[in-house]
Amino acid sequence: MLILKKFLRDIPAVLGFVIIALVIIIALASPLLVPDRSVAFDSNILARLQPPSAEHWFGTDNLGRDILARVILGTRGALMIALSVVGLAILIGVPLGLVAGYKGGLLGDLIMRLTDVFLAVPQLILAVALAQLLSRGITSAMLALALTYWPFFARTVYGETRRVRTALFVEALQGLGAGDWRIMLAHVLPNVASPVIVRATIGMGFTILTAAVLGFLGVGATPPDPDWGLAIAESREYLPEHWWFAAFPGLAILITVLGFNLFGDGLRDLVDPKLRRSR
Amino acid sequence: MFLYLLRRVLLIIPALFGLLVLTFVMLRVVPTDPAAALAGENSTVEQIEAIRKSYGFDQPMYVQFWVYLKQVLTGDFGTSLYTNRPVADDVFLFLPATIELTFVALVFASVSGVLIGTLAAVWHNSLFDHTVRIVTVAGLAVASFWFAILLQMLFAMQLDWLPLRGRLSTGMPAPPGISGFYLIDSLVTGNFRIFGDALWHILMPAFTLSLGGLATIARFTRSAVLDTMQKEFVTYETAAGYPRWRVVAIYVLRNSLVTPVTQIGLLFGALISSAVAVEAIYDWPGIGSYMVQAIFTSDYKSILAVTLIVGVIYAIVNLVVDLVHALIDPRVSEQM
Repeated sequence: MLILKKFLRDIPAVLGFVIIALVIIIALASPLLVPDRSVAFDSNILARLQPPSAEHWFGTDNLGRDILARVILGTRGALMIALSVVGLAILIGVPLGLVAGYKGGLLGDLIMRLTDVFLAVPQLILAVALAQLLSRGITSAMLALALTYWPFFARTVYGETRRVRTALFVEALQGLGAGDWRIMLAHVLPNVASPVIVRATIGMGFTILTAAVLGFLGVGATPPDPDWGLAIAESREYLPEHWWFAAFPGLAILITVLGFNLFGDGLRDLVDPKLRRSR
Repeated sequence: MFLYLLRRVLLIIPALFGLLVLTFVMLRVVPTDPAAALAGENSTVEQIEAIRKSYGFDQPMYVQFWVYLKQVLTGDFGTSLYTNRPVADDVFLFLPATIELTFVALVFASVSGVLIGTLAAVWHNSLFDHTVRIVTVAGLAVASFWFAILLQMLFAMQLDWLPLRGRLSTGMPAPPGISGFYLIDSLVTGNFRIFGDALWHILMPAFTLSLGGLATIARFTRSAVLDTMQKEFVTYETAAGYPRWRVVAIYVLRNSLVTPVTQIGLLFGALISSAVAVEAIYDWPGIGSYMVQAIFTSDYKSILAVTLIVGVIYAIVNLVVDLVHALIDPRVSEQM
């Protein structure tokens, strides 16, 4: 409970938590919030490019679709992408980092050199190249993002595992004859979990940003997906007269990512007081 | 120190070699049939067969890799489908624009980031400090391509203060190509009109690009300066009657900048990544625009060549940053 109290005193982190909760609620409740999906998908040329009004709070896009409805439906997509990418990256990166850190030796060296290769190019560039080579679409983009994001988890877990491996309790377990896998999964993993959770939280926001860039560049979501990045790309021909077309999807990205960053920073402060970001 | 240097340089080699293998695998294995992919959608079976032969795709993998290795090491990246010129020539044509842009953005981000971060720490818990904290967190959450569009709408389309796109005004001749950096070339040859025009054009893209880096550096500087200010030597110097600005500007900053400096290597990666979308928006004729064109034309060779070259540049930048880090803070090399 002390931890909860400490967390509640960190106002930015609480704000981040509230934003994330709202975004998740919007994503889950999107069928209720947009009962008539046709306003988000069917083109209605007569109502195209209308400014924000009582009827269309965020205005309408070039095909006369309601932008608010599309931003709401896009929330689900953005969270799905971020969850899948971060989840897959954890599934690949954490076991590799554990094995490399615990076993060390040639295998460990090999794994860490492999992460070096993936980290040798900025993630977005590698993801764009990968997504381009796989068939176009959101699945390829997610796969490309996960395949370029796991090294960050592998590195984090590797460093933590190396630290824990020499701890007395691990030696004791080895002396008792516990198997390597048992020690790694049941005893080392819980000890390295917190940095992974912090990285995953910040990674959620980061992935939403990168996925938006991929959508914007045309190697992510494909029309008529209500993707935020894609919407901004589609809006470019209609600026600046129809500013709302670009403004609201971008604002949705900003607020969502801000939520994950604020919450992630707060978590980091809780988990590792030595890494105080700021007071 | 020397051993640290050697080890650090040697570590790059397996990473770059691995990158070669990775791009090779991506080019040859990921598209189900590279020959069909290269031939395009409307090609006949004979055309695909011809391409398979001419590219050597019928050879065993290790032979293909050896050929690929030889090609890359001699700077032969094939022909771009988009410009129809050798990819290597293209890259060197477009690269200076990107380096110029990222360099200006990095300098701006570092100088203003350190300044803002220091002031926020000195005026801890003031209105300025709170504003900086909010703006820097938001700066890391904003999609740079969206921010670029907003700036364009405001400063170019509405107010007409800054040019909308490009590196120079239409009709303005490019300065003689010495370095490929317009700002330097025009200055060296005394073409101040071109220099002014180039500076005018770089302002908005560079500012857009610098936002994330500025936020990162300001945050790291702020917390580092706050930590240093609590050290005893600061209390001592203040008690000894040194002027406050002098204590901060000379003694505190020198002890605080190690962490922000190490961020520059990481920042460079972030800058190059953002440059892809930002260049596309401002029609900045750099490697990012080139990559976006390559995406539109499904130009695999160009995309992988850009990936490789960015990897090499990134490795060099990180190496330099690590060496500088080791020079400022000798403890780094002792740890190895």
